[in-house]
Amino acid sequence: MMKYEPPLEKISVNIRETVVGHGEKALKIGGENTLPFHFFEGSLPNPPGLALEILDTEPENWAPSVLEPFEDVVSDPVKWAKKCVEVFGAEMLCLRLLSADPMGKNGSAEEAAEITKIVADAVDVPLIVWGTDMEEKDAQVLTQVARACSGKNLLLAPLVKGNYEEIAKAAMEHGHAIVAQASMDANLTKELNIALCKFFPPEKIVIDPTASALGYGLEYTFSIIEEIKQFGLADKDKMMQMPILCDFGGDCWRTKEAKENREQGILWEAITGITFILAGANLLILRHPEALKLIKEMVV
Amino acid sequence: MALKGAEIMKMLPKTNCKECGYATCFAFAMKLATGGAKLEDCPYLDPQVKAQLEAAMAPPIKLVTIGTGENTLSIGEEQVMFRHEKTFFHEPGIAILISDKGAESEIEEKLKHINTFDFERIGQKLRINLLALCFESGDKDKFQALVKKAYQTTEAALILICEDTDVLFSAAALCADRKPLVYPITNENMNVAIPKLKKLGVAAGVKGQSIDAVVSVTSDLKDAGIEDMVLDPGFKNMLEGIRDQTLIRRAALKKGFRPLGYPTIAFPCFMYPDRFQETLAAAALMTKYAGIVVWSQANAHFLLPLLVLRFNIFSDPRRPMTVEEKAYAIGNPDENSPVLISTNYALDYFIVSAAIEEGNMPAYLCINNTEGLGVMAAWTSGKFNGEAIAEFFKKYGVADKVKHRKLIIPGVAKKLVAELEEELPGWEIILGPLEGSDIPKFLSEQWKA
Ligand code: SF4
Repeated sequence: MMKYEPPLEKISVNIRETVVGHGEKALKIGGENTLPFHFFEGSLPNPPGLALEILDTEPENWAPSVLEPFEDVVSDPVKWAKKCVEVFGAEMLCLRLLSADPMGKNGSAEEAAEITKIVADAVDVPLIVWGTDMEEKDAQVLTQVARACSGKNLLLAPLVKGNYEEIAKAAMEHGHAIVAQASMDANLTKELNIALCKFFPPEKIVIDPTASALGYGLEYTFSIIEEIKQFGLADKDKMMQMPILCDFGGDCWRTKEAKENREQGILWEAITGITFILAGANLLILRHPEALKLIKEMVV
Repeated sequence: MALKGAEIMKMLPKTNCKECGYATCFAFAMKLATGGAKLEDCPYLDPQVKAQLEAAMAPPIKLVTIGTGENTLSIGEEQVMFRHEKTFFHEPGIAILISDKGAESEIEEKLKHINTFDFERIGQKLRINLLALCFESGDKDKFQALVKKAYQTTEAALILICEDTDVLFSAAALCADRKPLVYPITNENMNVAIPKLKKLGVAAGVKGQSIDAVVSVTSDLKDAGIEDMVLDPGFKNMLEGIRDQTLIRRAALKKGFRPLGYPTIAFPCFMYPDRFQETLAAAALMTKYAGIVVWSQANAHFLLPLLVLRFNIFSDPRRPMTVEEKAYAIGNPDENSPVLISTNYALDYFIVSAAIEEGNMPAYLCINNTEGLGVMAAWTSGKFNGEAIAEFFKKYGVADKVKHRKLIIPGVAKKLVAELEEELPGWEIILGPLEGSDIPKFLSEQWKA
């Protein structure tokens, strides 16, 4: 009989460890030297980070089943943030600055920075601050936010090819981490990281390959994450060793499948999330507290 | 593991007679090595050598089939650890567990479910066609009755789960022509099982308490001439399952370790009493290499996400799902009808075209060839930017189709607005809704030519 030897694969490099937040509740993500859940052949010092998202503006068009947990707090981002931490046990939050969106209310960068400061002061968990997804506006908004929340080690997002310099400089000056976003393309991800690393500390960069929901492009996200992790770990490419973030709550809850039934919606988000963790994601931004709870039970 | 051309060459007749259609034996060998030729094409191969070559060139993971007809499940023959390296070839089976201890009504409901659950999505039928029948009652008659019922009232492929080997094979005999998977075949019952497996011609669900234990059973079964096996190394939760299934696939693919060259089966149904957790475990175990997941739910809201996940992960990354580039006329649009634009990623097209139809307002839907990329990815790579769209407008004469000058673009493509205003002078660029499902409302409330 042939003898079975477990074909273990030891990897000699690590994904970088990134710290978000400050003080006791600061959270580390990444740091692993193996594939997700491969405790049998490597070390994964930090479980995947799980953040709940909140908006600085009352949400429009949210499906009832995802609005329901927050119904009493959506008009006040501080209350909303506190409920996520105190009631839903979120260890990290993502504040989305919808108020500044040029296609919407188009509030000023100063106002956005002010509300961010208020939220950041009100909770002690680490905070991701998500801009408007418009390059130029985000350059203003996120630099203001960086200044207003100096020393809080926020995770500022998203930095793209067209605005990374300004925002990263402000982040560095005021002690924040950043999210480098390149849409679904490993080469673009690498290019952006190289550009950033010329002046920005690599251990403060998190990669966002942009994520799509189950049934709506999930397989592209899944494979791009696996690919980036292979470059980082198997090929030891230093510019691909940053932890990976996935932001897909909105994409999930926009689907008709999530809207038509509460349980199906929660599973839609939770399955999307766990699939990305299996691919190698180190940090998820989630919308429904039940999806958060479920993923946490399974992976932490 | 695959053989190299030079290794195959050593075993060929070396006469260069050309009858295989290749100029030399060597050329034929090279072709064989890459899967481009068949051994049968050389008439001069010694039968023994042919058998040797066949064994050496066999896929590292055996293809196993269960069930018959339309409901045949084929699993195995995977070639890679990661889908981006090539693709995953065979969708895993999702089996619904039915216990013979269950209430009559529950059994009925699950059987009905398997016959009626049929979900269509992007032109793909999502179906469930595998049942796992489990002996828990201790009553042989009851189990047989369940097997008969499943056999008679459905056409599903069957998995028989029964710790009592006699009961297991008496049930297998009732449905042998359906080619069921019989489980468990273990170190303990193997000697009794081998002649019965051979006689019935059914696949063996091999169970061991570890990968090592599985190897000892598969080696003996193989020696006894049994080829069709599905492996269960006894993992008890998601984490252990990811570990065992990863190691099994790796051993088969990277080490050419034949005793593990079979698909695996996972039982989230026995691991997690909470049905949400069970579903997540099923999703994870399926993504990380199970050939079959057995799952206790017959609830459509739990089933649909799993089926869609399977569809996604097992789609071929080498061939993005696309539709043809053109200016589609949906309904019977006229010169006052709205003009929308989107990518040729099949999903984008189906969502938008279905929404337009639903809203009963005829429209032109311009589908730009983005090589299957969705809006944002296509924008990033220059396939769906101002220039590309202006080009499309020229090529398809969009301006001649309508009198107005208004273009509705996907809601996520905020970044496109300025680009298009520049590239399509005279056109008003309107950002559509973020969600396809809001298109009917958007058109009826906002559209004015
Ligand atoms: S038919 Fe066989 S012997 Fe003849 S050239 Fe081809 S491989 Fe060689």
